[in-house]
Amino acid sequence: MSAIARPLLAQRFILFQALVVGPLRENPGRTALAVLAIALGVALGIAVHLVNASALNEFEVAARHLAGEADLVIRGPRDGFDQALYPKLARMPQVEAANPAVDLEVPLVDRPGSLRIIGFDPLQAARVQPSLVPEEYSMLSDLLDADAVLLSAAAAEWLDLTAGTELRVRVGTRPVRLKVIGVMAAGVYRQRLGLMDIASAQWRLAQLGRLNRIALRLKPGTDVQVFRQELAALLPAGVHAVTPDSEGEHRAALTRAYRLNLDMLALIALFTGAFLVFSSQVLALLRRRSQFALLRAMGVTRVGLAGYLVTEGAAVGVIGAALGVLAGYALAHAALLLVGADLGAGYFRSIVADLAVKPEVLCAFFALGVLFAVLGTLGPAWEAAHRAPTRALRAGDEEESLEHTRSPATGVGAIAAGLLLTLAPAVNGLPIAGYAAIALVLLGTVLLMPSFAAALFSRLPVPASAPSAVAIAQLKATPRRSAISIAAIVISFSFMVSMLIMVSSFRVSLEAWLGRMLPADLYLRAARSGETAFLTPEEQRRIESIPGVERVQFLRAQTVLLTPERPPVNLHARPIEAAAPDKILPLIAPPLVPPANAPPPVWISEVASDLHGLRQGDTLRLPLGGKSVLCTVAGIWRDYARQNGAIVIDRGIYIRATGDRLANDAAIWLRDGIDIDEAQETLRDALPPEAIVEITATREVRAASLRIFDRTFAITYALEIAAIVIGLFGVGASFGAQALARRREYGVLRHLGMTRQQIGAMLSQEGAVVAALGVAAGLAVGWVVGLILIHVINRQSFHWSMDLHMPWAPLAVLAALIVAAAALTAVWSGRAAMKQDVVRAVREDW
Amino acid sequence: MLIIREICKSFGGARPRELLRRLSLEVGRGEYVAIRGESGVGKSTLLNIVAGLDQPDSGSIVFDGAEVTNLDDNARTLMRRRKIGFVFQAFHLLPHLTVAQNVALPLGLNGIAAVETMQRVEAILEAINLANAAGVYPRELSGGEMQRVAIARALVHRPLLLLADEPTGNLDPDTAMQVLSLLREQVKSAGGSGILVTHSDRAAATADRVLALTANGLEAATP
Repeated sequence: MSAIARPLLAQRFILFQALVVGPLRENPGRTALAVLAIALGVALGIAVHLVNASALNEFEVAARHLAGEADLVIRGPRDGFDQALYPKLARMPQVEAANPAVDLEVPLVDRPGSLRIIGFDPLQAARVQPSLVPEEYSMLSDLLDADAVLLSAAAAEWLDLTAGTELRVRVGTRPVRLKVIGVMAAGVYRQRLGLMDIASAQWRLAQLGRLNRIALRLKPGTDVQVFRQELAALLPAGVHAVTPDSEGEHRAALTRAYRLNLDMLALIALFTGAFLVFSSQVLALLRRRSQFALLRAMGVTRVGLAGYLVTEGAAVGVIGAALGVLAGYALAHAALLLVGADLGAGYFRSIVADLAVKPEVLCAFFALGVLFAVLGTLGPAWEAAHRAPTRALRAGDEEESLEHTRSPATGVGAIAAGLLLTLAPAVNGLPIAGYAAIALVLLGTVLLMPSFAAALFSRLPVPASAPSAVAIAQLKATPRRSAISIAAIVISFSFMVSMLIMVSSFRVSLEAWLGRMLPADLYLRAARSGETAFLTPEEQRRIESIPGVERVQFLRAQTVLLTPERPPVNLHARPIEAAAPDKILPLIAPPLVPPANAPPPVWISEVASDLHGLRQGDTLRLPLGGKSVLCTVAGIWRDYARQNGAIVIDRGIYIRATGDRLANDAAIWLRDGIDIDEAQETLRDALPPEAIVEITATREVRAASLRIFDRTFAITYALEIAAIVIGLFGVGASFGAQALARRREYGVLRHLGMTRQQIGAMLSQEGAVVAALGVAAGLAVGWVVGLILIHVINRQSFHWSMDLHMPWAPLAVLAALIVAAAALTAVWSGRAAMKQDVVRAVREDW
Repeated sequence: MLIIREICKSFGGARPRELLRRLSLEVGRGEYVAIRGESGVGKSTLLNIVAGLDQPDSGSIVFDGAEVTNLDDNARTLMRRRKIGFVFQAFHLLPHLTVAQNVALPLGLNGIAAVETMQRVEAILEAINLANAAGVYPRELSGGEMQRVAIARALVHRPLLLLADEPTGNLDPDTAMQVLSLLREQVKSAGGSGILVTHSDRAAATADRVLALTANGLEAATP
């Protein structure tokens, strides 16, 4: 084959090679960086999404499994309802079968945490939840023993127990010994669970006469919704009939904002990657403008030229997205294997999950990666295709190519639109408008950078030294080109700044909140988690009478179901002065003090206020002791601990309404001069030896809370660091591209006698000035985005408010590091471009 | 073949000026015309207007029977693709394509079949004595070789009109004369017309007719 034939075989692809393959191959470093950025963004997005989706899927499967063939489930508060309700419902003509149950999280004795134990009627279960019935008949009869428990495979593995071993759980403050009679087959129920006979559970777990769950299977032809309405009239206050899917839906709703937040964080990495594609494309296309002018002169249409250039971006997107899908899948698999399904916020702690992959999810993220890469190319491609060929053929000033960026109107408009969007409410509990606002603010800032740079650089004084003078002159003459590097720094740094501000504000607010919520010296808890640990009145009296104790406040924690559409709300009964509730609660506004004849006051958390649409001054019906008690919302307080919402009621009112004198926690104030550590020992000695309680000094509780906070944000920090690294590489790439474009200039300077060191000094000054401007703009934009995160995203997602706190010291250190890194990068990029023979650079065609 | 009637062109900006004032020109089929003038007098602007890359403020241009000023951008692009060839002072070869691929580019744009493309490229590279460099990239060529490749690319699709803008501006005198001879020879052998724009008297002397572009317009000049 002749030398002519070989290269011409694919002659129809000559343009493709000239405009797509060739440039990608000529700059392997830049191409690899763009591919990596897109791949990383896609991988992080897929990994985060898959882990969360898999956990949620497992949760929903588990909930459906437990519900079995039930059409409705009767659910009540944590302390349940009178078991007399069961025969009433079972005898209703519409009910085919009913399975009563006690469903509790029971704290463990030998390790932290709790185990879900369901006490059910195995004979009734066969008609409603057949999957829970043991296959072996002998196991079924063994289950009727008073201390028998059957474990799921996941529970047995977690607890390291087998058939015949002992499981110790906590009821009140005492250990209760249960005997493991067997382990369910692995596929029966995938989560951690223990099953007991209902009578045994009621007796051993202190639930005599109480149920908190009844699963109903209705007769064929019964209208479920109509029957539900009929039931509502029969059920006591606080007890509701819900569909079996509601538990899964509650968890999905509860975690939706959290999952979206993580998805958005992962997308930040993708956005930064797209910006990297954009900034490197702008500079590369500037450098190739005379090629494009030639092709336009030769007869390539605008659409044709733009099409090839967009294809170049799409090629990067396809390769990057493909790599990202593979990496994301592997990352998700590894995360589930090594870390589990919980990414830090605790929503899916203890969930055992396998990776659940839907091909359409992978395709969607793949498409996102390609789309972001194409979006990064669209602007530069359109601009290159519509540039007048005549100018470029004369090799005119590149700044003329960026003339259209002179007007700041579009940038200002985008920022204004973004700020307006911050006023929009959440959509289905999600801060969609908030995210759109952030995107618009960032886009507007990028669009404003050319005007901003032009205005600022024109005011820079010209130094006396030659390299510095050339550096400043370069910036003054090409502000719009420098704006591309500035924008890359602004994007990365503003993300960093906004997250730092948000996390710092949150942490400081949390610390202040802990100070208000934990005023005592010691805290005694019947158990850290679980629903069967409590302090009896006798134990409470004993604690109060311990020498050295000045006073004690006992708290009773329950849950109430205000409405079946929402998860249960936490109810805290504690001593509280109606006239001065802000002594113990961090109220967000001055409280309302209801008159003596008004319904008794309660104080609701911000979460409860937002979720249930309650405001100060409203009344609500609180289900207490099976009765509906009208109460007044006397105030709203800030609560970072309870994601379902919380209601505080005076303990005296609670006891009068329910007769429940049990307590879960005790806040203990010591007399002056009493040592905290010694007091802890005294407390322990004062209680019976078999009593199991947790006694913690306030400082330890605060430290543990902050550790949980930091762990919760660990994944956030990781995603942010990934975005920052990509952004900084982008800064390096844009400096590198500019350096390549200025090879001829360096050659001329070297001809004139400037040393390499002087050129290096010149570049470092340019880099430092550009970075300083980028950092300053990034600080301002980051502050705005931080405010949006605090007051819009967080508020609408999690219903928390927090006070703004600016972490000046870390910001200053980061800013200095960025400027130094940019200066070094500029020098390094210039050195790479100056490696060529300087003579050749001057006479080069391109 | 090319009839320019009373075109005017002015430029605004920091220094507004009128470059072309009621300029008229006719170039017949097979004619090779040189337009000589000082830098900045509007020679390149005139070529750009003829090629449809720029529009005159007034006047008309009829090329191969079509009024160029009435055509939209796409139509002018297609006109350039099929009927015009360009040679530039700065060569403007595409760096990611070999010599043969650079020369073949206009044929690809015009949808010429692969076999015919190969034959034409082979023939024209032979004519410019660069058949051995078919698989070489531009960065490996000398300035004169690059300009010869550019000439080949400008003529391989047999345009009706060749426009050469200071084609020897970057070449030494000997190489420049070789390139000018080649240019004239290829224009004539292809049967098309050509307009050579230059500030060099020697370059202009290679044309059939020499015109001088001054502030007063086009005037006949001695070759």
